[in-house]
Amino acid sequence: MLDVIWLIPALPLAGVVLLFLFGRRLGDPRAGWLATLLCAGAFVVTVGVFLDLLSKPAAERVGTQTLFTWLPAGGFKVDVTLLADPLSITMALFITGIGALIHLYAVGYMRGDPKFSKFFLYLNLFAFAMLVLVLGENMLVSFLGWEGVGVCSYFLISFWHTRHTAAVAGKKAFVTNRVGDWGFMVAMFLTFQAVGSLSFGALNEKAAGLSSSTSLAIALLLFVGACGKSAQLPLYVWLPDAMEGPTPVSALIHAATMVTAGVYLMCRVSPLLHAAPEAGTVIAIVGVTTALFAATVAVAQNDIKKVLAYSTVSQLGYMFLAVGSGAYVAAVFHMVTHAFFKALLFLGSGSVIHGMHDEQDMRHMGALRKAMPVTAATFIVGWLAIAGVPPFAGFWSKDEILLYAWDKSPLLWAVGLVTALLTAYYMTRQVMMVFYGEAHWSEARPAHDEHTEAADDAHVVRPHESPWIMLGPLVVLALLSIVGGALNLPFTDNLKFLERWLAPVVEEAQRQLPADITGLKWTLAIVATLAAVGGIVLGMLVYLKHRIRAVEPEVLEKAWYVDAAYAAAVAGPGTAAFEAVATADVELVDGAITGVAREVGWIGSRVRRLQTGFVRSYALGIGVGAVALLAWFLARGVL
Amino acid sequence: MIVALEVTTSWYLALGAALFTIGAVGLLIRRNPLVMFMCVELMLNAVNLTFVALSHHLGDVSGQTVVFFVLVVAAAEVVVGLGIIVAILRRKPGATADDIAYLKG
Repeated sequence: MLDVIWLIPALPLAGVVLLFLFGRRLGDPRAGWLATLLCAGAFVVTVGVFLDLLSKPAAERVGTQTLFTWLPAGGFKVDVTLLADPLSITMALFITGIGALIHLYAVGYMRGDPKFSKFFLYLNLFAFAMLVLVLGENMLVSFLGWEGVGVCSYFLISFWHTRHTAAVAGKKAFVTNRVGDWGFMVAMFLTFQAVGSLSFGALNEKAAGLSSSTSLAIALLLFVGACGKSAQLPLYVWLPDAMEGPTPVSALIHAATMVTAGVYLMCRVSPLLHAAPEAGTVIAIVGVTTALFAATVAVAQNDIKKVLAYSTVSQLGYMFLAVGSGAYVAAVFHMVTHAFFKALLFLGSGSVIHGMHDEQDMRHMGALRKAMPVTAATFIVGWLAIAGVPPFAGFWSKDEILLYAWDKSPLLWAVGLVTALLTAYYMTRQVMMVFYGEAHWSEARPAHDEHTEAADDAHVVRPHESPWIMLGPLVVLALLSIVGGALNLPFTDNLKFLERWLAPVVEEAQRQLPADITGLKWTLAIVATLAAVGGIVLGMLVYLKHRIRAVEPEVLEKAWYVDAAYAAAVAGPGTAAFEAVATADVELVDGAITGVAREVGWIGSRVRRLQTGFVRSYALGIGVGAVALLAWFLARGVL
Repeated sequence: MIVALEVTTSWYLALGAALFTIGAVGLLIRRNPLVMFMCVELMLNAVNLTFVALSHHLGDVSGQTVVFFVLVVAAAEVVVGLGIIVAILRRKPGATADDIAYLKG
């Protein structure tokens, strides 16, 4: 099966071409079915490659396929090579699997949209770029995918580009990601200088031999790239705004796949991070800070998708905490379980928004569990999973991250634990506000979209359950969110499937825990569970029983004013600085040029008098010149 | 040593220098374009004379070869120069060189 790796990205690419040529003719919903089918086809091929790798002994579980030489330039050569190893295939499995489910969901969600086929074209293009990113064997091919997903993210955030906020949000995501891309690119230059190749394999092989400053620089620059793509402090600002895109996009790109690209990159270069331990500390601190920061902000958001967006930022922070603590398996584990439950939560919120006729404000919801039983049930599964209640998927992965964080520094663990408590709290708040309590539908703004089955009375929203094409993916993802933890159970080594599977890639860099820590494991797990339950109980007391007044200070609602500070910095000193540069351009650069021109003109106006127009004066000039030259040569003794 | 009235190379050189000076001064002080033109021809032929004299003196034929080139150039120059002068005089009868000062800066 290893010689068909190329088919994995090729199938979504075929979808792009077909939808580009025939998308409009296929129309709604056949264009969507085609895209879903091709994404599912990529999933089937990936499963085939996965089984093939699984049948081999652990050390031989790697396959590469060189399609063609991209850049031959003297000693520098870049091949378009695809790499199938346990890490990339794990990524490809959930990208194509969850991707296919979200495609299916989108067929229902985007029904009736005038740009229906274009939406699926972008989704397939995204799947292609994301697969190139994870399957690329060298940095340049991965970077191609990296930029590709960035472009698709831009297209899809501003998909409803006639809405001003959507257009602005797309631009913001694009520009913020440029900062991260700068880091990635400079890291590539440094890698080529230090290693002489852009291949991940070569970099990891020689990582131990690099000077400590070089490896630290490459690791930190790659982390800057990861910060941009995976929305970490201080570059997270684009992700909450990215919620302007259609909800399937939020689920696929801004929760499950693209934003985990940074974590993937870190795992891919784990030997390099191992060679630069200081980088690990930086990554862990940034990650845990982001996790706590975003969790506090999520507590005070009222937009159903904004809560989930900040929650995503927070969970990504968790993954970076894992990477920084040397828990690469836990990072991938959490990435996979997070993809399950966060995609579930986003799709569930999309179902709610659909049922509420495009209402996104949670204060106008409430008591929706009766109107939308399936959505409510699956959403509750997602809630328990992300809150870290055993035995749901999120518990296992979060627990493993906290264990490694404890081993690195109990302080990291403590912040992670507070974040876990806050996570349980804000998710409880969301579930209570949306599905429990009293109905506040009458306060919802009337749907202005004509082709939704608008309520009889224009001012009353009547929530309704979504069609089965949307509920199907929800149910599948809910099941995965329940059993996902079975991928890596911590009880015995035999049950650590993911750890054994990923061992060939990350074993070298994985932090070694002390031998006998069963007691510690149980203690930490119990404390984490208590934190989760505590957060849930607290949330219920506040938002269901109303025993405690809700604390939602404005500083949290406005995300600690980070966005406002950026805006003020760019608008005030930033604009002033650029104005100064513009003035310097006009005054200094242009001034120098016009000054030279003016001086030359002045000299010319004097020198022109030499031109009398009289032939004899010219003749005199020639004569005198000839005599002078002759005299000069004679004096010098040349003649 | 110098025998009276014996014509030596120096005589020819002195004659050439005198002719050249007459031509140069004439070119500078006269304003009639036709006369100025003749002065240029005078200068050219003064140089030719010098070439031939030195060629004979040194026993080297290359000086005389150069004279042929000068003659050819002079002939070509006459064609162009006279053409220009005729054209000018047609437009402005009785014009002097100073009247044609269109290139004054």
